[in-house]
Amino acid sequence: MTPPVLEVAGLTVTFPGAGGPVPVVRGVDYAVAPGEVLGIVGESGSGKSVTALAVMGLLPPRATMTGSVRLHGEELAGAPERRLTAVRGRTISMVFQDPLSALTPVYRVGDQIAEAIRAHRRIGAKEAERRAVELLDLVGIPSPRQRALAFPHEFSGGMRQRVMIAMAVANDPDVIICDEPTTALDVTVQAQVLEVLRTAQRETGAAIVMITHDLGVVAGLADRVLVMYAGRVVEAGRVDDVYHRARMPYTRGLLGSVPRLDGGRARLAPIDGTPPSPGALPPGCPFEPRCPAALPECREAEPPLVAAGGPGQAAACVRAAEPVADPVADPAEAAEAAGADPGTAAGRADGRPERAVVLRVDGLVKHHPLVRGAVLRRRVGTVRAVDGVTFDVREGETLGLVGESGCGKTTTLMQILELAAPQRGTIAVLGRDTARLRAGDRTAIRRDLQVVFQDPLAALDPRMTVHDILAEPLRAHGRPPGPRVRELLGLVGLEAEHAGRYPREFSGGQRQRIGIARALALEPRLVVLDEPVSALDVSIQAGVVNLLAELKERLGLSYLFVAHDLAVVRHIADRVAVMHLGRIAEIGQVDRVYAAPAHPYTQALLSAVPLPDPARERARRRILLEGDLPNPASPPSGCRFRTRCPRFTALGPAERDRCVREEPEVRLLGGDQGAACHYAERVDVM
Amino acid sequence: MAGFLLRRLINHVVLVAVATSLAYMLAAIAFDPRSNYQDRSPRPPEAVVDARLDELGLNDKTPLFERYLAWAGGVLRGDFGPSVTGEPVLDDLARRAGVTLRLVLTGLLAGSAAGVLAGAYAAVRQYGVFDRLTTGLSFVVLAVPVVVLANMSIIAATWLNDLAGARILLVSGEATPGLRGGFAAHLADRVQHLALPTFTLSLGLAAIYSRYQRNMMLDVLGADFVRTAMAKGLSRRAALVRHALRTALIPAATYFAFSFGALLVGATFTEKIFGWHGLGERLIDSIFTNDVHTVAAISCFAACAVLVASLAADVLHAALDPRVRVS
Ligand code: SF4
Ligand code: SF4
Repeated sequence: MTPPVLEVAGLTVTFPGAGGPVPVVRGVDYAVAPGEVLGIVGESGSGKSVTALAVMGLLPPRATMTGSVRLHGEELAGAPERRLTAVRGRTISMVFQDPLSALTPVYRVGDQIAEAIRAHRRIGAKEAERRAVELLDLVGIPSPRQRALAFPHEFSGGMRQRVMIAMAVANDPDVIICDEPTTALDVTVQAQVLEVLRTAQRETGAAIVMITHDLGVVAGLADRVLVMYAGRVVEAGRVDDVYHRARMPYTRGLLGSVPRLDGGRARLAPIDGTPPSPGALPPGCPFEPRCPAALPECREAEPPLVAAGGPGQAAACVRAAEPVADPVADPAEAAEAAGADPGTAAGRADGRPERAVVLRVDGLVKHHPLVRGAVLRRRVGTVRAVDGVTFDVREGETLGLVGESGCGKTTTLMQILELAAPQRGTIAVLGRDTARLRAGDRTAIRRDLQVVFQDPLAALDPRMTVHDILAEPLRAHGRPPGPRVRELLGLVGLEAEHAGRYPREFSGGQRQRIGIARALALEPRLVVLDEPVSALDVSIQAGVVNLLAELKERLGLSYLFVAHDLAVVRHIADRVAVMHLGRIAEIGQVDRVYAAPAHPYTQALLSAVPLPDPARERARRRILLEGDLPNPASPPSGCRFRTRCPRFTALGPAERDRCVREEPEVRLLGGDQGAACHYAERVDVM
Repeated sequence: MAGFLLRRLINHVVLVAVATSLAYMLAAIAFDPRSNYQDRSPRPPEAVVDARLDELGLNDKTPLFERYLAWAGGVLRGDFGPSVTGEPVLDDLARRAGVTLRLVLTGLLAGSAAGVLAGAYAAVRQYGVFDRLTTGLSFVVLAVPVVVLANMSIIAATWLNDLAGARILLVSGEATPGLRGGFAAHLADRVQHLALPTFTLSLGLAAIYSRYQRNMMLDVLGADFVRTAMAKGLSRRAALVRHALRTALIPAATYFAFSFGALLVGATFTEKIFGWHGLGERLIDSIFTNDVHTVAAISCFAACAVLVASLAADVLHAALDPRVRVS
């Protein structure tokens, strides 16, 4: 066996805290072979990112670190700063999570790459510049010579992440550590960036340590995977072994709680409770309070990572030796086994025309001025944020409004919530046209139309107790709060005694439940949800998604569910509307659209979402989109998608002409599915 | 950019006109130049006083608006009218502006440079000895009135001179009158005079700047791009200077331009104590002598200074920060 390039042993990192030192990483060991891709997955607070910083020697000064980090056998832990500087960016480099803030705003992109080269090699400025342009070309930046002269703010998020990758590979490193490199990016951009990473790896032959919370990304990319929980590695092994034959209940729980694009509408299996805070770990196995398989002896001592299952597989669990069933079996079969009724969605669709319309949006338009410059402000154009959007939501139905950032989904939602006359088009809430509402009507409609926001902490007043938060809407509409508050807490799965606490004292998932309870206080008929679960960890997210689905059934609610996560939408929505640049690209019944999307954009979008199933994920053919989203202030003529449309490139000149001249309207394709494409054609992209 | 600046400039000219006119009106209503003649003995006859006031354009028997128009007409031709002693206001002010400019510019440059460096270093070594020391010192400097500070530095300078047995630092005036010698001697003399007031002025500025820069620096120290710079293989020092400090300098530069505008007439105390005959001194004198035209002219100058400074701040900001440039 070749010696590993990077070897981490007994790594611990401790931060000072108010109540004494807080151990964030508690003994992590791993080794990466040359050219290998190692995935490290875990939820927030698992210590995975801190581990990466510790390896790079970039921990903040107040952190203390022990253990060993060996690069090509050379000990880096405790090495002098000079030595670390020589290694960083040359033998081992890093790609950070947030490309928006990772580049220095005041220097040109090309110069920043050149700086990385010149930090390690004695070459002239001209030479370094030339090399920077080559690197930009390698990571797929169009017209690299000009773009090298641009500043970071002139790049989109995906482009900046490419620049980061260019910088990371500039000196032909042996290890690249990627810390959530695609988390802040849209899914089609994520697919592009992952592709660039693969190219970069091919070019440099570097080993990659891929840190992420996204099990799908790891499934497609990694050879081996580590699962981290509460600052330790709790399971390690080859990707197939870990995904299909996980020995640790946490790993299984994590895999079971991920909403899947290829899944049915089966209930997700959330993990109970929340991850322990690093300052207050439970005795014994840190997962014990949440573990469905816990035994009495689990509380006695923390189980070590022991070999179990497949070759090289190891798990930190007292029951690691017991064989287990595959949690990532075909989800459709699993759904049937679990007794979910696959006919529900279809059944709904059949009765659709008879059910009352609770929300109708017709030709909605919202343009707003585009201003540039912080000091020298001036209007430079008009952003056509929403440009003619039509859909309706019927009683007892969930419409998922999905799309990438800048597609206009949030603007659409805000327009609806405003309950005012839109710039153009009409919005009718519960049959009432918002343009013709009087103040009194508005109050009445507000009762029936409620909203849940993404960030639960920002949406809840920190100085109010939960009781006051829930009582407020009731009092405002002249209803006695008393027993209703208790009822609401019960409804969202919180305890009655929680009423006296403040939002701060709750975890993210619980806060979102409070947000939901507040929205339900007045027994609304339509609830608008703006990315309600995107700030939550997967294991928690599943619980909230389940709760929403359950409440809908029980209370006969209708949801407008705005989200960017297509897998979540598949789980909760009956119908889905895919937005692109202010217009609806495709709309229809969820199962139909996901099974065979007709619009090329929907196809690209769905094919870009990684599946948490190694075999399937690797076997898929991915439709990669070229370039960036066009400027929403001046979308292309005709079809707005044509500059990136893969189908357009395959068309003959006469057919293309139609895409250039004529803006496609949503056209029905039989059944409940419509697409805004002249050449729509249903294709299975799973 | 040029077109934008031109538009801004026109806006500013209007603002200056309004500010100056208001200053004139206010001074003309509040001041009573007639009283200058009342305490004289023998008291001049009323007709003589009227004639003299008419000549100066300060007669309160002429309607205010009429006086304003006459004065404003002169201003448009570049004549800010006579002072109460009858000499043209501008002659004196032009010389004094030079004096003040010299003091303020050097003081500001020295103060901001020292403050920025001290603040940045204090931030890098947050809660270290240097940080604590500068924090304490800057609060002391900010809490002590300029008068005390100036006198303390005079005492210190005298002591230093005694110690050295030579007059190194000169504590009064702008230059030694009647000094002989060549250009070098004159220059040295000027510098000797300049050192102390500059120091006093810059001390306060450095205190403010160091606080300000420390906070700006702390903001960027933890920034992702500084971490990226280190991950590329830059040493900590290079990452801090080239990436952190450079970015944290942007707000300080804007502040620099503004404090320059405000200081032009704000350095009054320093000027008075060190016997520099600058604009601030003149402003106070002219209020005592009911000198409407001088007050209006100084107001005009101050307004111009502030607005030019704001233009300079914009230009400086755009030069330092590519994000605000409109392409
Ligand atoms: S050691 Fe016990 S509590 Fe921990 S994961 Fe295994 S079974 Fe669950
Ligand atoms: S209309 Fe043409 S360009 Fe637009 S999506 Fe369809 S094929 Fe592509």
